[in-house]
Amino acid sequence: MQDSNQLARFEQAVLPHLDAAYNLARWLTRNDHDAEDVVQEAYLRAFKFFGGFHGGDSRAWLLTIVRNTCYTWLQQNRRRELAVDLEEELQLVESNAPSPEATLLQSADNQMLRQALEELPEEFREVVILRELEGLSYKEIADLAELPLGTVMSRLARARKRLAARLGLSAAPGGLK
Amino acid sequence: MSCQETQDLIHGYFDGELDLVRSLEMERHLRDCQACSQAHQNYQALRSAITTGSLYFKSPVGLQRRIQSSMRKAIKAETRRRMWSWRWLSAGAALAVLALLTWSFLLLLTRPSANDLLTQEVISGHVRSLMATHLTDVSSSDQHTVKPWFNGRLDFSPPVKDLTDRGFPLVGGRLDYLSNRPVAALVYRRQQHFINLFICPATSDPDGEKRTVTRQGYHLIHWTAEGMTYWAVSDLNVGELQEFVRILQNQTAPPPPN
Repeated sequence: MQDSNQLARFEQAVLPHLDAAYNLARWLTRNDHDAEDVVQEAYLRAFKFFGGFHGGDSRAWLLTIVRNTCYTWLQQNRRRELAVDLEEELQLVESNAPSPEATLLQSADNQMLRQALEELPEEFREVVILRELEGLSYKEIADLAELPLGTVMSRLARARKRLAARLGLSAAPGGLK
Repeated sequence: MSCQETQDLIHGYFDGELDLVRSLEMERHLRDCQACSQAHQNYQALRSAITTGSLYFKSPVGLQRRIQSSMRKAIKAETRRRMWSWRWLSAGAALAVLALLTWSFLLLLTRPSANDLLTQEVISGHVRSLMATHLTDVSSSDQHTVKPWFNGRLDFSPPVKDLTDRGFPLVGGRLDYLSNRPVAALVYRRQQHFINLFICPATSDPDGEKRTVTRQGYHLIHWTAEGMTYWAVSDLNVGELQEFVRILQNQTAPPPPN
């Protein structure tokens, strides 16, 4: 009886954030099937820990669990991708880029953007997803990923710079000099 | 604000995370600086590409149902597990009760009997009388001095016989306390050995069998006769103590009518 009450409360509070959970898991695992597995496991974990959740933002709470489940899963199932030296690659891309206009982006291939995002190392990819797709504040991201605020901002900055470069935008002020 | 600073802070500005003062400075700089303004526009373009580019993965159809059913399964498994642990708990409790019962039963079996306790008390009384230089309250070998001394001190009159002529001189008498009642203790001597003879009215087994017990190196002979129960205790050897008891029994037996 207690369990079914608990389950009802849980479903009411946490199930509505299924899309957010799946989106984060899908971007971190980059695979439909794996994302489903991770989300399912994350929900079971979340239900187990639901007793310790005393109100607050249930989406951020769920996303924290999804994120942790993702990283556990990635560690167990995949060799973590080698972090590419961002700066180095950035230089390379930038030097190849001519001087495109922002308007070019409007027609930029969606596929290209998606690919650019997927190619970001996870720690950069996740801040973009949480900021741009979930609209979380720096503070919320910092809490969720257990990072200092400054790191959230610098990771966002580096991720955007790289994405802009991949899309042929000169993002950095003075980058064209 | 320089372009270098702008490069660091433009994301904070862009994300609405800068404080008011720095936001204003940033706005001023962006108005004045073509390159930084361009960068800002690029980030805005990037954002709109990300947010409008259908990059958001919606959860697949059926995932919610799968999650719900897996949670219900997990709850069922948990309930079953809890039920099992409850069963184990009850089994454990039953076992504990059984063990307790067995233990108390064994305790009951091994508990010293009333007789054993009394035996111990008699020996303690004897040892204490020799230890505490309180062997006698009334010292006399005259039975006509010792016997009346108990009058008014006990609710019964113990038979007192001097056995000097049989080698067991009467030393005296003393009040003692056995099995929750005052009793008469007569003291006899055989060479250097003292014999304590405890006497009190018999409560049960009116003509009980004579019993000899040896404990802690002391010998005890217990018997009941004429409504009195007797305990003779001494470190004297068993043979001599038995002889003492035999003499006493003959002496206290009702004199044959002549």
